[in-house]
Amino acid sequence: MGYVLAATNTKTLWYLTRGTGLVALVLLTGSVLLGVVEVGGWARPAWPRFVTAGLHRNLSLLATAFVVVHIATAVLDSYAPIGWLDAVVPFHSPYRPLWLGLGAVAFDLLLAVLITSLVRRRLGYSAWKAVHWASYACWPIALVHGLGTGTDTSTSWVLALSLGCLAAVVAAVWWRLWQSRLGAAGVAPGLARSAPGASTSGVSVRAAALVVSVLVPVLVVAWLLAGPLKPGWSVRAGTPKSDITTPTSSAGG
Amino acid sequence: MAVKLAVNWIECKGHGLCAQLFPERISLDEWGYPIIDPTPIPHQLEAHARRAADACPTLALLLQRET
Repeated sequence: MGYVLAATNTKTLWYLTRGTGLVALVLLTGSVLLGVVEVGGWARPAWPRFVTAGLHRNLSLLATAFVVVHIATAVLDSYAPIGWLDAVVPFHSPYRPLWLGLGAVAFDLLLAVLITSLVRRRLGYSAWKAVHWASYACWPIALVHGLGTGTDTSTSWVLALSLGCLAAVVAAVWWRLWQSRLGAAGVAPGLARSAPGASTSGVSVRAAALVVSVLVPVLVVAWLLAGPLKPGWSVRAGTPKSDITTPTSSAGG
Repeated sequence: MAVKLAVNWIECKGHGLCAQLFPERISLDEWGYPIIDPTPIPHQLEAHARRAADACPTLALLLQRET
């Protein structure tokens, strides 16, 4: 009886880890989208700027809460040998070290962005903003972590959801780049004001951002096709042998 | 111990969130930059003033304590 209960709990934790991870991805995607919309100065009479700003803030906090539950359940669950330190120190876990490590990197970046935002007024605008750029690194790293460790990556709706998130963020970045180009050209003075990067040095920054925003999705899709979507990924990803011996009876896979 | 609003005009980029969040004392000029009404802020409005100051994207709206 106790054994059955323990097994059920383990399954519950493992499913919670997977579920909260996916929800966190969706929330972080929403947060990134709102951040891009906010900095781009988009607003409508029925959707003023403080709504975007407030939603960006609250969605980020909610996403962080889900990430914390995601990590806690992954550590507490006994199916995968993941320790508390693995949540913040990357690439040392016996379980899928690289792909779990990316999650730790993303979490560290998320913490940096979160903490600097909470003490923004003490920190000053430019220092806060410099750290906040890490969001653009945090998000794709978190996505690749999800696709690389994800038990559910090859499930069609999870794959569609992940690719949908990727497409949405890439579209938002392109919109922002297009818009700041208009601002730089002086076509829309109202936009130029909200585009601090609109200068000659801004051109190279925008060009680099465009290259990255094209490269990242191409590389992610190519890697997906060559890696996680090919049979035998869980072995190649670095799952300990003890966790693979009974794939049919285990809660994960 | 009343509070007073001030704008750092070097940092202000005219995002306009402050006027949306604290219209009791802040309006916008035709270019979108804030105009601060110097009427003293009563205690019950302080929370709104603080929220406006916290929401400023460039931290240009300052809430100062007057003694």
